[in-house]
Amino acid sequence: MGKLIEVKNLKKWFWAGSAFGGRKQAVRAVDDVSFSIARREILGLVGESGCGKTTCGKVILRIHEPTSGKIFYDSEDITHIKRKDLIRLKEKMMIIYQDPFGSLDPRMTIGRAIAEPMEVHKTLAKGERRQKVMDLMEKVGLSSDQINRYPHEFSGGQRQRIGIARALATDPEFVVADESVSALDVSIQAQIINLLKDLQEEFGLTMLFIAHDLSVIKHVCDRVAVMYLGKIVETAPKKVLFSDPKHPYTEALLSAIPIPDPKKRKRGQILMGDVPSPINPPPGCRFHTRCPHVMSICKEAEPDMIGLNDSRQVACYLYDK
Amino acid sequence: MIRLSRLNQERWQRFKANKRGFVSLWIFLFFFVLSLFAEVIANDVPLLIRHRESLYLPLFREYAETEFGGEFETAADYRDPYVIDLIEEDGWILWPPVRFSYDTINYDLPSPAPSPPTRENLLGTDDRGRDVLARVIYGFRVSVLFGFILTFFSTIIGVSVGAVQGFYGGWIDLLGQRFMEVWSGIPTLYILIILSSIVQPNFWLLLAILLLFSWMSFVGVVRAEFLRGRNFEYVLAAKAMGMSNARVMFRHILPNAMIATLTFLPFTLSGSILVLTSLDFLGFGLPIGSPSLGELLAQAKTNLQAPRLGITIFLVLAVTLTMLVFVGEAVRDALDPRRSY
Repeated sequence: MGKLIEVKNLKKWFWAGSAFGGRKQAVRAVDDVSFSIARREILGLVGESGCGKTTCGKVILRIHEPTSGKIFYDSEDITHIKRKDLIRLKEKMMIIYQDPFGSLDPRMTIGRAIAEPMEVHKTLAKGERRQKVMDLMEKVGLSSDQINRYPHEFSGGQRQRIGIARALATDPEFVVADESVSALDVSIQAQIINLLKDLQEEFGLTMLFIAHDLSVIKHVCDRVAVMYLGKIVETAPKKVLFSDPKHPYTEALLSAIPIPDPKKRKRGQILMGDVPSPINPPPGCRFHTRCPHVMSICKEAEPDMIGLNDSRQVACYLYDK
Repeated sequence: MIRLSRLNQERWQRFKANKRGFVSLWIFLFFFVLSLFAEVIANDVPLLIRHRESLYLPLFREYAETEFGGEFETAADYRDPYVIDLIEEDGWILWPPVRFSYDTINYDLPSPAPSPPTRENLLGTDDRGRDVLARVIYGFRVSVLFGFILTFFSTIIGVSVGAVQGFYGGWIDLLGQRFMEVWSGIPTLYILIILSSIVQPNFWLLLAILLLFSWMSFVGVVRAEFLRGRNFEYVLAAKAMGMSNARVMFRHILPNAMIATLTFLPFTLSGSILVLTSLDFLGFGLPIGSPSLGELLAQAKTNLQAPRLGITIFLVLAVTLTMLVFVGEAVRDALDPRRSY
């Protein structure tokens, strides 16, 4: 399996500061991130809110322009391609949004909303689009006779299904699911997750699944990347990561998953303090302010990604031999 | 009939429920449509002449006096009793309800101009012996048409500028705002006074000059809607799927902005009518002799001994503008977003 998406040393800094003379400061939302996603793989990207997960996903889709670094799509460098080529490329790269209430235009029937990507990319003849929309609606579990309804007539879960149908309208290869279930009730979450998994298999999608909920990640993904303050601290196949976390941050995240059994004692530790500001990240390892295993070197130099084996990397001095 | 979406149907129902605004709209439209046919209502030329077994349409063609058995080969003057007698010897004449056009001078008035109402001149004449009713009808038409055209073009320019500023933001917005601050500081009236001393302003020139400034009233509200709308998630979603900016603006943000704009329209219309009236009143408006409400207003001021001139024009203006304001209020209530969901 080849790599469909590859990201090298990707950085995205936003500039914050007053418009009048004040010194502008960089918000390092994504700071030197590298990873790749194989074809038909679902990579989970987890981290606390504000760690740059969503920004990372949007930079890959070139919704945000990267500050530096390179993005490859099917081995083609798409970091600086022309707008015309980018639009052509966007036919193959879609995004499912977090908020099922905000991502649909309230004035547009869902039939038109789902057909919109096809209109933009002119994928099908006009007459065939309606049939395709109806097929898609059936696929995502909506009844095709609801095609002329408006978004406000649907529940949150149904709207998310509409969002998914829209994202699949142009038969994309790569889909970013940006917290696509976190706005939904837990019972609905399960339905949508299963739907996404089914569709991923049926369409052979490659996915970047962004979430802050590890139990969701555990259910969906093949591989997981853990992000902390704009950096990836660990990547590993899902099973390995959950059974044997290496990075102290991953460990802490896993121990924070609630276990629905009062007899089982919680192991591990609860992290103290807050995430430091991405405007002035701490020197050295970004996690050292909260790390239980902090050493003196952690405060001085940033740890590099260390490959423990082919599929597993971790950025921590504990594993530096 | 156009099929309305459910939301728009509700709005239409709310508009209809406002009796005052709804009735005002119909009255206004009735008078406006009526005034569009001013030539048929008030004219010094007959609508139809039957003479010696043939029909004549003097509204559309000039006929020589000789056609009716007269002496001269000049155009027939239908106000001349001699010509009327000639025709009626062998035929008949169908006159419009008001037998004066806006520039017809009635030479045989019972009293010196401005003369009081008679059976011939229902609202009397102005100080040049012209029929006031005819001038009001034509003047109303010019004013309302002027208002419509000015409002239409102001909306197009204002909405476009506001959309571009709000959508792109940043430097474009900043430069646009500063330009407008400077531009709106230019006094329109002085520009008009200066220009009218160089060229005689006509309908279109006046429209163009007023348009230079009137578009700005729309920019603020449209810009605000676009600033808000460009960060809606569905707008970002549309951009993310590769939709062009123009299309995103048209399809996803403009409908939101149009609500606010639509609310403004009746008020802008009444404002435009008022501007033309005041320019005519001051003598910087339409060319001398054209029918206009402002010119009548000026006559009323110089002829205080004939207060019916002033009362007539006051009533016409007040009723027109009040009806437009009522319509505006009804539109505003019907489109109120707090009641639409």
